[in-house]
Amino acid sequence: MKQVYMDHSATTATDPAVTEAMLPYFSEKYGNPSSLYTIGRQARRAIEESRQKVADLIGAKKEEIIFTGSGTESDNLAIKGSALRNRTKGDHIITSSIEHHAVLHTCKYLEKNGFKVTYLPVSKEGLIDPVDVAKAITAQTILISIMHANNEIGTIQPIAEIGKIAKEKNIAFHTDAVQTTGKIPINVDDLAVSMLSISAHKIYGPKGVGALYIRKGTVIEPQLHGGGHERNIRSSTENVPGIVGFGKACELAKERLPQESNLAALRDSLIKRVLEIKDSYLNGHPIKRLPNNANFRFSYIEGESMILNLDMKGVAASTGSACSSTSLEPSHVLIAIGLRPEEAHGSLRLTLGRENTQEDIDYVLSLLPEIVNKLRMMSPLAR
Amino acid sequence: MTDGYSEKVMDHFANPRNVGEIKDADGIGKVGNPVCGDVMWIYIKVKDNILEDVKFKTFGCGAAIATSSMITELAKGKTLEEGLKISRANVAEALDGLPQVKLHCSNLAADGLHAAIKDYLEKTGKKLS
Repeated sequence: MKQVYMDHSATTATDPAVTEAMLPYFSEKYGNPSSLYTIGRQARRAIEESRQKVADLIGAKKEEIIFTGSGTESDNLAIKGSALRNRTKGDHIITSSIEHHAVLHTCKYLEKNGFKVTYLPVSKEGLIDPVDVAKAITAQTILISIMHANNEIGTIQPIAEIGKIAKEKNIAFHTDAVQTTGKIPINVDDLAVSMLSISAHKIYGPKGVGALYIRKGTVIEPQLHGGGHERNIRSSTENVPGIVGFGKACELAKERLPQESNLAALRDSLIKRVLEIKDSYLNGHPIKRLPNNANFRFSYIEGESMILNLDMKGVAASTGSACSSTSLEPSHVLIAIGLRPEEAHGSLRLTLGRENTQEDIDYVLSLLPEIVNKLRMMSPLAR
Repeated sequence: MTDGYSEKVMDHFANPRNVGEIKDADGIGKVGNPVCGDVMWIYIKVKDNILEDVKFKTFGCGAAIATSSMITELAKGKTLEEGLKISRANVAEALDGLPQVKLHCSNLAADGLHAAIKDYLEKTGKKLS
């Protein structure tokens, strides 16, 4: 059976060149980068080369990159680290209602521990208004955290504008760029961010490694204490193979950035054809969206049923339906853009990647109308 | 998601039995709530105290569709009394189990059948012996 992977915002396959770069660091060059002998120094050098490659992808300096274990850890480190460090200056954090759970749940945790958090609303396309950010700032505001692009609906936020506001007020500004890295050009100076989270496995790198960009002059409290690794900000023996793979993935991402934006053309043909299905809608912004993201909703049917039907035909996709989550709550993002829960249950996310072709789109379109029809025939909500 | 769905659940999901409405149904049971993501309508046709035909329409996840399909098979040919005794657990068992997280929200099929039988009893004024 044909296999079509259209869930690249969940994860990507590790590029063979990345795997190849990692392999020597498992069993030949296995040294601890903190050790002084040859294989230790080899590992140290490999980490520093990777750090440069990560920095190059986002227009940062090598010294401003801290390796972590994941995008989630980077978000936790940025937000908790910044909040705790600046506690004496204030107790107010501004974020949005559509952040990834790594940001939202970290903010909830800080609320339980005495911080105050403003969760900004979004438009029905999922956009945050920079004016709302400016209005929410108080004398107590110590941190703003707004994602670069949303992982579900793909809406790209006006980060540079928000960055300008934060800079004028001298407030630390963090962005979760896990979804945008390697898909659209990123420059930390243009975005005017003080911290930026990225993850390797979304850009054809390995799972279990991420990074936090921390602008020179931005100070945060470490969240892992120990041997003082990563400039004393993130103690832990470095995940050398993972970091080497991450570096290689960033190098490839930089080279391939022009091709990544070509995905938009493929994505647009997907959107156009899916919307020919009766009672189907696009979630998110029509233009300001990730080049690889398409997110739909279909009236009267439920997402998990769609995913299972697609999976039976070899297509991997995802949904914001409650029934596919362990929490049994519909996607907070779809609710925040104003959808009713029953509309959120009928969502389908297709996220493209490097290996997808027009043929893949044709294959999905050869299945989807029939699946939607079959489920509607079964649904008491359909009229 | 499919992790934890038995082969039987997937079979009933992929090839649901007795889908559709019964135009001149003797009883209809409507359970669930679109807000929660599951709505089930169970239709019954009764003759001589026997569930002669049972059909369903369901909006919901894999488990919701599979349990709906299964209840129609379990109930067909049974007496009304027997139908009322089919429990949520019976449906889950007949499907070789359901994932823990799906037990509460999706296993509405037994409730739907009971509601359809009660609807029939109310409409006809009949009482069970």
